[in-house]
Amino acid sequence: MAESICRALRDGALEGEHAPALTIRDSLASPFGFDVFTHVLTQLSSNILAGKSQSGGLVLVAFTRSPSFYMRLLKTRGIDVASSRKWIQILDCYTDPLGWKDRLVDSGNITPLSKEASTGESLCKNIKDMAKLFSSIIELGKGLVGQGKVRFCVAIDTVNEMLRHASISSVSGLISNLRSNDQVSSIFWLLHSDLHEDRVAAILGYMSSIVASIEPLNQSANGQICNSENLSLLERNYWKGKLHVRFKRRNGRVRVMQEEFDVEQSVINFTSLSSGDELINRNLLPKVQFSLQLSEKEQNDRAKVVLPFEHQGNGKPIHIYDGRRSLEDSHNEATSVSTGILQTLENSSKGEIIYLRDSDDERPDSDEDPDDDLDI
Amino acid sequence: MNQRASNLLDEALGLVDEGTNPWTLSGRVLLIEDCVETSATFLLHHLLKRALSTLSSNVVVFLALSQPFSHYDRVLRKLGCNLAAQKENNRLLFLDMLSSEFPDGGESGLVALYGKIEKVVSALIEENKKSITIIIDDLSLLEVAANGASNHVLDFLHYCHTLTSVFGCTLVALNHEDIYSSMEKPALILHLEYLADILMKTEPLATGLATDVHGQLTVLNKETWDGQGRSRNRIFNFHFRIKENGVEYFSPGSRA
Repeated sequence: MAESICRALRDGALEGEHAPALTIRDSLASPFGFDVFTHVLTQLSSNILAGKSQSGGLVLVAFTRSPSFYMRLLKTRGIDVASSRKWIQILDCYTDPLGWKDRLVDSGNITPLSKEASTGESLCKNIKDMAKLFSSIIELGKGLVGQGKVRFCVAIDTVNEMLRHASISSVSGLISNLRSNDQVSSIFWLLHSDLHEDRVAAILGYMSSIVASIEPLNQSANGQICNSENLSLLERNYWKGKLHVRFKRRNGRVRVMQEEFDVEQSVINFTSLSSGDELINRNLLPKVQFSLQLSEKEQNDRAKVVLPFEHQGNGKPIHIYDGRRSLEDSHNEATSVSTGILQTLENSSKGEIIYLRDSDDERPDSDEDPDDDLDI
Repeated sequence: MNQRASNLLDEALGLVDEGTNPWTLSGRVLLIEDCVETSATFLLHHLLKRALSTLSSNVVVFLALSQPFSHYDRVLRKLGCNLAAQKENNRLLFLDMLSSEFPDGGESGLVALYGKIEKVVSALIEENKKSITIIIDDLSLLEVAANGASNHVLDFLHYCHTLTSVFGCTLVALNHEDIYSSMEKPALILHLEYLADILMKTEPLATGLATDVHGQLTVLNKETWDGQGRSRNRIFNFHFRIKENGVEYFSPGSRA
């Protein structure tokens, strides 16, 4: 499932559509948002380097870690950072986000920026100015991929720092402008949801095509005073958790999935939910006492049922009536139309009943080609 | 001090074999949270003593908003550490901020304070001092000095955080959790908990007051290295008893 997220960001945007956007949200109960963020960052970087991604480069907006931290991180995960200038640009909003160091240098209190500092246009000294931030991101991206049709993706290591210094409307405006920019392939960001009002998470969720929420494995252990009895439960919450993902498709359908993960040596490993867990990959059907779903055997049996007035395959082409063509046109149509069943009940003396089924039954969830369903 | 008992805390912090191993908290942020019932200043004293008793290149920059120097000197003497001597040897830089006030909403004052710390740290690095520990006692009083501007205090802490990544400094800060308890979204304390690599929290016992046990201490150490090539977040919980000349730490239920 984490792979589905990475795939969606890798495949990027369709022509004329907004870029896919991922919100990774966590809380102190399960503070693994940064681990998930770096996992997605690593996967996307790997895809870019391998030429498998729609985007030709990545712009990372770093608020909570230094640029050199990210370079070291990517290197330890096997990403080629020697050629980093060709595929990644880091907008350094960590070293001097409010221009304090500049003010101190001007007043002679400190020496100019030291070895760790970024130089040139990749250093941001005023994170309160969303317009400037937007133009810096676009400039860096175009510097990577040029002015043409090649796209770049954007990663923001936390939107919380932006929200501390700017209103939610201006931050939303920045994200919206990035998503609608022709050269942005995909965008993802981390949000610590307990640092702001609930409406902030909701607003960012509405702007996202994918929302990945990190939840603790044991909800019951949270909020309690630590003691010897709940210590093991609390400890488990600090290296394992659950990833709950909502995919929003273009047609409006929502797909919800869950996965477990554990974190060791700063590397996150995803596994399918264990059998002991109460929630498995669930659909949107309500929980009632009777079964609303069909088993595989029941689906096969249903497919074999002969419906009255339906054509039994005597050599004539099969059609589905789609409401746009006349009945005569559908009779004269070649076999290139989509599959369906045209049924006639011929009775030479009394006329005929022509029944066209509107559509095949749609299965609750088709996994044959999930990528096609990952629409906004 | 009972060497064996204090190892529970040092073990939780990843500080073992006092005096022989280098300071292993370089580049890390330690947040101490306490409440009225269980003050955690003893942890500050312990860390101050440990920071000054390891390799000779270790230096402490102490931002004191809560108590004067004489108080810490008196307390640390009972723990076997001469702060006056360390100050004379330039191993302890004591910034007395008891009467500090930051006008104009606090930002310019905090900028100046950061500038002072950065200047001191840069100078120490040039003198080849490898381990620098910045201790803040305490953050709630820094908020008061900044006229309640918690956003500016967070900005100040962010800039202090850059010192941990650039110069490998250790940042230790004490804050009182219960003064934020009535707030729906206590942003400052939550931000700090995200920022911290090691979170130490003192709380009263669930069972109430006791003569021989003064409280419990929970240490969340994010990604400790247990020496076997595995690293994951570890959480420790033990009880403590504050004595005249030190603090005893013991596992719950092991106190006779």
